[in-house]
Amino acid sequence: MNFEAVKSIYLFEMARMKRTLLQSVISPVLSTSLYFIVFGAAIGSRIETVEGIEYGAFIVPGLMMLTLLQNSISNASFGIYFPKFVGTIYEVLSAPISFLEIVLGYVGAAATKSLILGLIILATAHLFVPIEIRHPVWMLFFLVMTAVTFSLFGFIIGIWADNFEKLQLIPLLIITPLVFLGGAFYSIDMLPEFWQKVTLANPVLYLISGFRWSFYETADVSIEISIAMILAFLALCLTIVWWIFKTGYRLKT
Amino acid sequence: MTNALSIKNLSKTYDTGLTALDAVDLDIRRGEILALLGPNGAGKTTLISIVCGLVKPSTGTVTVEGNDIVQNFRQARQLIGLVPQELHTETFETVWATVSYSRGLFGKKPAPALVEQILRDLSLYDKKDSQIMALSGGMKRRVMIAKALAHEPRILFLDEPTAGVDVELRKDMWRLVKRLRDTGVTIILTTHYIEEAEEIADRVGVINKGRLLLVEDKAELMRKLGQKQLTLELQQPLEALPGDLSGYALELADGGERITYHYDTQAKRTGIASLLSALAGAGITVKDLDTEQRSLEDIFVSLVVEENQ
Ligand SMILES: Nc1ncnc2c1ncn2[C@@H]1O[C@H](COP(=O)(O)OP(=O)(O)OP(=O)(O)O)[C@@H](O)[C@H]1O
Ligand SMILES: [Mg+2]
Repeated sequence: MNFEAVKSIYLFEMARMKRTLLQSVISPVLSTSLYFIVFGAAIGSRIETVEGIEYGAFIVPGLMMLTLLQNSISNASFGIYFPKFVGTIYEVLSAPISFLEIVLGYVGAAATKSLILGLIILATAHLFVPIEIRHPVWMLFFLVMTAVTFSLFGFIIGIWADNFEKLQLIPLLIITPLVFLGGAFYSIDMLPEFWQKVTLANPVLYLISGFRWSFYETADVSIEISIAMILAFLALCLTIVWWIFKTGYRLKT
Repeated sequence: MTNALSIKNLSKTYDTGLTALDAVDLDIRRGEILALLGPNGAGKTTLISIVCGLVKPSTGTVTVEGNDIVQNFRQARQLIGLVPQELHTETFETVWATVSYSRGLFGKKPAPALVEQILRDLSLYDKKDSQIMALSGGMKRRVMIAKALAHEPRILFLDEPTAGVDVELRKDMWRLVKRLRDTGVTIILTTHYIEEAEEIADRVGVINKGRLLLVEDKAELMRKLGQKQLTLELQQPLEALPGDLSGYALELADGGERITYHYDTQAKRTGIASLLSALAGAGITVKDLDTEQRSLEDIFVSLVVEENQ
């Protein structure tokens, strides 16, 4: 294992992110605040509580997930797409490092950044609503696993994408709707029975449900299923990354 | 003694069906400067890219100091530094950061003193805190060289290092190349410019359409293929060459004012004496004469033309 190389990629990526820190922190903090104002104040004034939890507090895990997913994917996909785009990837590919080490460096940095953002969202939310975290260890587990898994997913997208449109396609067209429809802002019990069934096909539901359970012990699906799902995603992404490594897909001609 | 680099039966056919390299065998000795000479599309970059792990070969093997580039890729790549043909640089990073990063990427512990030395050697030290995007093209090329040297490679690939480079930088570069060679670094460079190969290389390889046509000590190459051209300036212009001179491969040039004659300096008889007397016999008076050594360029052109026929 070439630790020095992993460290170099990681620190280099973190430095890149630090340069854009302000915008990458301000935008999610701003949108979270907006969500609180719009959803919390407007809708919350009518709903008040969901499953015994104040509506504003109820949506916090979903909001964190939204930021986490969006940022993990965009950080990681951009992190690997950019060197491919400008050509500097040649250096990484010619270095004495394995693909695993490349993934560790890039995905590690992307996941770290979204973790930090997730925690900033949590702190922001805390300004608006009282939050309790019943299972902090599980909370961290979901936070870390989601950040890592979706950074891996973003890394895959960054390798697959050969233009900027593709790079933005999946986060915009798939992830955001899945989060919104995955119970970020409501409990699926509030839906008609048919739509409850449909929603169960949404993988993000399991993440949000498990994550919310770690806060309030309320969940749409059982915590075991949520854990199994996140592990399954992770395994899926790892498999794809392994396949990319084996074939040199979009990296080597 | 193991070679610095040993390439055996290396071929590459791209997905497009184009064969960019065709069964290339090449041994590169430790500490030599080898120039790979070839026209656009000859396969020079493809060859380098395979050795550096950027392109997968279709067939063949490459070993670097005895390390197979696939099985022992870590050992092999550790030894190699690459300055690619295209300028690929980061944008917002500083010169210092990007060069230090390159060192780390190759698994070496940070060494600020060494990075400083490399930057000084390349006249980049005063730019160490500049963002790369603020540098000129020539400066960026220096940065790419610095990056390639940051991990103290034993073999350095320079893929067309002088493209878009001014005289000053070119001189600097050759000085650096020679200094590196003196420390035992093996250098492989590609170029279209024959003078460059002539100026700097110990050996020259000529490549065209994916085939390595020859690899030869530069001096040997010059000697072996060294032909001279004799130019005779005539007192009176000729309309045509007299028939009794048809035994010599002569050419009439400049509207009949000059005759050129090619001969081999290594041959037993150059044929000059008899040509001159034959000319006199035909009543042609010579005003002046000049001989010219055939340059590597001519050799190169004739090799490539031969291959293309
Ligand atoms: N990724 C690729 N896919 C398909 N064909 C390629 C690819 N890269 C190079 N080629 C083709 O392979 C041949 C050799 O290209 P290469 O870049 O190795 O030539 P070169 O000798 O470096 O040329 P130049 O002097 O112009 O740099 C060319 O015909 C080129 O079009
Ligand atoms: Mg080339």
